[in-house]
Amino acid sequence: MAKYLLLKHYRGAPAAVNDVPMDQWEPEEVTAHIQYMRDFAARLEGTGEYVDGQALSPEGTFVRSDGEGRPPITDGPFAETKDLIAGWMVIDVETYERAIELAGELSAAPGAGGKPIHEWLELRPFYAELPTTTE
Amino acid sequence: MNDSLLRELVPSVIGVLVRRGADFAAAEDAVQDALVEAVRVWPDNPPRDPKGWLVTVAWRKFLDAARADTSRRHREVRVEREPVPGPSESVDDPLQLYFLCAHPSLTPASAVALTLRAVGGLTTRQIAQAYLVPEATMAQRISRAKRTVSGVRFDQPGDVATVLRVLYLVFNEGYSGDVDLAAEAIRLTRQLAAGTSHEEVAGLLALMLLHHARRPARTGPDGRLVPLAEQDRSLWNTRLIAEGVDVLQAALARDRLGEFQAQAAIAALHADARTAEETDWVQIVEWYDELVRLTDSPVARLNRAVAVGEADGPRAGLAALAGLDPALPRHTAVVAYLHERDGDLVTAARLYAEAARSAPSLPERDHLTRQAARLNSQLRG
Repeated sequence: MAKYLLLKHYRGAPAAVNDVPMDQWEPEEVTAHIQYMRDFAARLEGTGEYVDGQALSPEGTFVRSDGEGRPPITDGPFAETKDLIAGWMVIDVETYERAIELAGELSAAPGAGGKPIHEWLELRPFYAELPTTTE
Repeated sequence: MNDSLLRELVPSVIGVLVRRGADFAAAEDAVQDALVEAVRVWPDNPPRDPKGWLVTVAWRKFLDAARADTSRRHREVRVEREPVPGPSESVDDPLQLYFLCAHPSLTPASAVALTLRAVGGLTTRQIAQAYLVPEATMAQRISRAKRTVSGVRFDQPGDVATVLRVLYLVFNEGYSGDVDLAAEAIRLTRQLAAGTSHEEVAGLLALMLLHHARRPARTGPDGRLVPLAEQDRSLWNTRLIAEGVDVLQAALARDRLGEFQAQAAIAALHADARTAEETDWVQIVEWYDELVRLTDSPVARLNRAVAVGEADGPRAGLAALAGLDPALPRHTAVVAYLHERDGDLVTAARLYAEAARSAPSLPERDHLTRQAARLNSQLRG
């Protein structure tokens, strides 16, 4: 089994196929979308492939050290072009192909007009211990 | 073995040991050892007086540990310096333990953890689960808190306000893991109320009971947030509401108003309305006036603006927002709501979407997104 991180972006990923901001959907479409993600996670729990998932607030700040004794630099409100992560899900699957398959499924969550969003998700493998060989 | 009985007993047993001269951390360790032994012995041989049994065994454990410690350090010196027994055990005052656990030298997070551990008798694992942190992290937090208060004299009069803040923090943390922290906070506040006549303790207890009573209606089956006006009021727990109102009335009768009593009075007025339309907003505004006078808190003024909007119309509500920092949590959501009530759907939709972006929780974000979606859909139609 190998773990993968599925990253969902508010901004920064290439535009989704069905690219309509959520507050422009019908209220039932919002509900359907949330339910799809919930069901998806529940199903992966059932198959033993779910590890963790959290949603992130879009309110974020970049911070860096600015030398000893000085306050860190923060960049206040985000510029429009900044990559913005909306949340993640960690899955633990048998193969890379399975990870791709699941990411594709999650990307197909329904959006405006009840049609799949086809948003871009980022898929990142975790570093893992090398399997010990017995030779 | 009765788990809740044990949890009731833990604080007073720790209290006895500390009054006899044990250091707080050592007393807590000794009581935990005694609990382990109770788990082993009680099923076959239940004691007639569980508390007496625990005190005896915990004291023995404490002495064993003190002796081992002493002999490690001074092998040749015997154990004459055994702590002198303190006042009689009938002076049972776990209140002091509350004050110690909420000591101002502790950070709120540490005070909460220590209170749940020492007063609530929860295991470190349960507390860690409730706060969604690893057990090792919580263990560190608790032992650091114990070190912080280890030098604190136990006979100092505590600050009730600090204790109440800690208990309210526990209550508001909600419920995850296998312990319902809201219920736990109510249990601890009940205990505290039984041991002190402070009117704000009663005020906090009433507030918790009234909030807790409405909890089953506050979220839908899918975890969705249900606003007050749309809640199914038949789901409200009338027994808890009645108790909360009784506790509140007794506290108010003493005519020493505090912020928790004022908040409880507002909660009681909501609980009293059989439908949202029957809500007595005029009286609620009066209580918010009291609350603002008592606390001068911007959050109280924000909430007051909502009540004013219901009592005197949305324009009055918007006017009541004057002077408040727009960056205040939920400020944008309130402005959106008042604009919607005022008929300005375009502005309301835009503000709901904006409020969703800075929502403090996922259910709230989803709720605000739906509000924006609902208005935008109305505007298109």
